[in-house]
Amino acid sequence: MHELAITENIVATVTQRVPGARVTGVRLEIGQLSGVVADSVRFCFDLVTEGTALEGAGLEIAEPPGRCRCRDCGVEFAPDWPILLCGCGSADVQVIAGQDLVITAVEVAGSEVR
Amino acid sequence: MCATCGCAGTGARVHDHAHDHVQELPPGDARTIALQAKVLAKNDDLAAGNRAWLAGRGATMLNLMSSPGAGKTTLLERTAQDMAGQAGRPGLAVIEGDQETALDADRIRAAGCRVVQINTGAGCHLDADMVRRGLAALDPPAGSVVMVENVGNLVCPALFDLGEAARVVLASVTEGADKPMKYPAMFRRADLILVTKSDLLPHLRFDLDAFLADLTLVSPAARVLTLSAETGEGLGQWYDWLAATAA
Repeated sequence: MHELAITENIVATVTQRVPGARVTGVRLEIGQLSGVVADSVRFCFDLVTEGTALEGAGLEIAEPPGRCRCRDCGVEFAPDWPILLCGCGSADVQVIAGQDLVITAVEVAGSEVR
Repeated sequence: MCATCGCAGTGARVHDHAHDHVQELPPGDARTIALQAKVLAKNDDLAAGNRAWLAGRGATMLNLMSSPGAGKTTLLERTAQDMAGQAGRPGLAVIEGDQETALDADRIRAAGCRVVQINTGAGCHLDADMVRRGLAALDPPAGSVVMVENVGNLVCPALFDLGEAARVVLASVTEGADKPMKYPAMFRRADLILVTKSDLLPHLRFDLDAFLADLTLVSPAARVLTLSAETGEGLGQWYDWLAATAA
């Protein structure tokens, strides 16, 4: 259940980046190849945010699909997880999208802004 | 680009994190602030710090991961015993990660090896900050190999860079040959995969060929060695790999 630690990181990062603000919304990007389960983060979010500036905040999660590039033939393709195999037969592929875990934006309440 | 905040890092200091990543808050109305902050940035920064610290004293760190019971501690015991006093072999030091108890550290210490135990409590993995503190307590000698025995778990430790030079994933033949397909995130990022307990192969239905074939799909770049810490089969290749990685 590493999603608990991941969610704690999210709350700590937001609190550090917008100190003093009441956060009403958090937007995340959890790539489909990131190894993090979006539903588990949703489950942890309410628990972890309790008593913080993020308590009660909405959570929006985008889950962009994986994208790979074959190092042998150069073609880009959508991988069929867990096997990142190019149509040419090569397994020597580079993941170019879908691995990221990013807090893309936060919404803060106007009335309580310093 | 700054790994902590994803900013362009165009400030005067690029980039020891003196630019403090605090957003200017808007006056008045509610609004949306773009952050583009990497969630694991703090861990990744600490891992980079560990890597630099190890490089500074000429030590190499390996991250050993597997399910519980795959034979990590037994392999480390045997490795410590076999390498002790051997000319041309690097010295070993061990960081043990478990949820509770110092049982593994006791075993490693009894094998004559410098060791520090980290208990994660409820935590299911080691992170770079735990290992940073473990390294300071361990004080590994120059030229040594620091083996981090991660919490037995094929899922969570895969995400957390500790500052290791290489990731070693163990899979024992008693576990079933389908592990790479079931836990691809762990196997995909491995540099070396050790198939352990090979002395038991005659007694099991473990299909080694199918296991290796799956690995070529899930983890095509990884080196694979088959060994037994009980009989010593295959350990020479493991020691050669260690010496080459530490060099």
